[in-house]
Amino acid sequence: MVACGCKCETTEQAQLIEQLDRIIDEYRGQPRGLIQVLHKAQELVGYCPKWVQVRVAEGLGVSLQEVYGVVTFYALFSLIPKGRHKISVCAGTACYVKGTKMVVKAIRQHLGIKPGQTTEDSRFSLETVRCIGACGLAPAMIIGKDVHGRLEPEQIPEILEQYQ
Amino acid sequence: MAMITLTIDKQKVAVKEGTTILEAAKQLGINIPTLCYLKEINVIGACRICMVEVQGARTFVAACVAPVAEGMVVRTNTAAVVKARKLVLELILSDHPMECLTCVRNQNCELQRLAEAFGLTEIRFQGATTDYPVDDSSPAIVRDPRKCVLCRRCVSVCAEVQTVRAITAQERGFKTLIAPAFNQGLSEVACVNCGQCALVCPTGAIHEKDDIDKVWAALADPKKHVVVQTAPAVRVTVGEALGMAPGSIVTGKMVAGLRHLGFDKVFDTDFTADLTILEEGNELLQRVNGGGTLPMITSCSPGWIKFIEHFYPDLLPHLSTCKSPQQMFGALAKTYYAQKAGVDPADVFCVSIMPCTAKKFECERPEMNSSGYQDVDVVLTSRELARMFKRVGINLAALPVEEYDAPLGISTGAGEIFGATGGVMEAALRTVYEVVTGKTLDNLDFEMVRGLDGVKEATVPVGDLNVKVAVANGLGNARKLMDAIKAGTADYHFIEIMCCPGGCIGGGGSPIPTNTEIRNKRIAATYVEDKNMPLRKSHENPAVQALYAEFLEKPLGHKSHELLHTKYTPRGQYPEQ
Repeated sequence: MVACGCKCETTEQAQLIEQLDRIIDEYRGQPRGLIQVLHKAQELVGYCPKWVQVRVAEGLGVSLQEVYGVVTFYALFSLIPKGRHKISVCAGTACYVKGTKMVVKAIRQHLGIKPGQTTEDSRFSLETVRCIGACGLAPAMIIGKDVHGRLEPEQIPEILEQYQ
Repeated sequence: MAMITLTIDKQKVAVKEGTTILEAAKQLGINIPTLCYLKEINVIGACRICMVEVQGARTFVAACVAPVAEGMVVRTNTAAVVKARKLVLELILSDHPMECLTCVRNQNCELQRLAEAFGLTEIRFQGATTDYPVDDSSPAIVRDPRKCVLCRRCVSVCAEVQTVRAITAQERGFKTLIAPAFNQGLSEVACVNCGQCALVCPTGAIHEKDDIDKVWAALADPKKHVVVQTAPAVRVTVGEALGMAPGSIVTGKMVAGLRHLGFDKVFDTDFTADLTILEEGNELLQRVNGGGTLPMITSCSPGWIKFIEHFYPDLLPHLSTCKSPQQMFGALAKTYYAQKAGVDPADVFCVSIMPCTAKKFECERPEMNSSGYQDVDVVLTSRELARMFKRVGINLAALPVEEYDAPLGISTGAGEIFGATGGVMEAALRTVYEVVTGKTLDNLDFEMVRGLDGVKEATVPVGDLNVKVAVANGLGNARKLMDAIKAGTADYHFIEIMCCPGGCIGGGGSPIPTNTEIRNKRIAATYVEDKNMPLRKSHENPAVQALYAEFLEKPLGHKSHELLHTKYTPRGQYPEQ
């Protein structure tokens, strides 16, 4: 393996880099694989910090500018660490009308974070997203892979407690 | 190719299939306004200023990207079209600082011209404005995102023409920013300072760093002995920035203008271009005869040097060790010339007028101080020189024709053609041929290395050796040759690379606009200058001969190595992880 050059002090980080390199290997030297690689890299690392972007850029043979442009263009990619459980509150038209704001407020009261933030214990991160295609369940949110619909503010604490 | 007939503003026109409405209209003499469009480089329909009405189409279409179709009926000037364009312009201006009076592009701005053409008298829309900070970290290029209209011309030229990719669009919507990743400064990333971005920017969002105040200060300082050198390309370009036609040759008038500004001596980079040929020509022969690294590559172009340092650091041994003519000049101005003139080198202030923004970076390289001082103190681009002339009311056209000062102003046609792609190669061939064979060349014009083709090749018999050469202009073309060297398929002896398309006459510090048609006119003027010179071979330059006799002794000698040769810095293209 190539020396990573980062400040990896633990074997855990070294392992992370090795796993990242395996993801990159699938598209090594192929700029067209950028979004796929970033997607998997974010799944692995949890977000797309600079060192991941540099390693991906080098591996695929694209400039760091191109990688950063893609990472900041798509809402999917994040430059800051995400919590173990990602809460995506739908802000599509139907949900918005039925109470997106109310849902966000209830989460904020319970967890103390605003959209775009992560709790200090890295348990949750919160964001609002465009229509998730569950208009019939408005207002709705997704936590991890679970969809929660027809939300009332008083249900929020109970739902959040299911995720540790 | 199939021909398509369509009607534009009630006139029929037949054009080749695939032509855009914009280009078809041009054939009829109909000018559709554009802003983001840059022929062959940035054709993306982003700004919508070029909207036209197409019969049967659901909406207005962007003429710069819409291909013509058989029987199409286009209207370019209906009231509805003009109203829609005006609205687009007003929306662009709603997030543009109204600083035209203090903007570097005042009176040479495409956005300003559109505002004037549309007769805007007020800004109807007031709202949020972009407030990204100015990036002046680079010694060559300044970015001011507030003035950016997001046309992407700079992004295209940097990525597609130069293959550098130092800037790109990041974020999205209102937050969109054209910058290096993580909004780093240009000095922190693999930017080569070529300035092609500044050359194509329609506004003042990317421009050269203006250094003229440093020069005014030196000129006003009675202790300073201020000398100036002018690059080969400046004399065939700077007139444009002062209202003259492309291709105007203003050599002698420019010399007079520089004296009028107060420079103590007006010298010529063409002199050290001739000197470069002697050093570089001998270096080539030494490599060919002594088994050195081949192909040898020219090292005159500082944008190219930074490019190879970043992107092909393993090929650095291929570079000639010769400094660029600008830096050779600086080193000699503060040694040979200072001695000869009886001036303390500490008091010599050396100014360069260059068609180039990368030269500003080059003169600040830490190794460029072999005279014991920073060899070249300030580099001004052609645009900045024009600004100095304007400030004191110099009308170049009305000035007399004057001569450069001796000895560093004496040059040949070979030095002059350094300004155009292929020129360094041609100058080298003129000298190498005669030095090696001892015969006189019948025809000095090496046509096969001239012109705007991206990569040119030639084989020239020099005595027993068939010298195989290649010439590339624009870094995208340079990249092709570097990849060939890496693949082992480049069996050349000598390669000339100029960073900017067309060579220095298309440099990033040239008058705006610079396009293919204008580049061709400047190149033609360059060869006219060459033909007009009494001497056209570097080794016949009497001042260069005297320099060797009195000071340097011989090409590649000890003093030459000390003053005229340099080393390079491998840089890599990615930041430390």
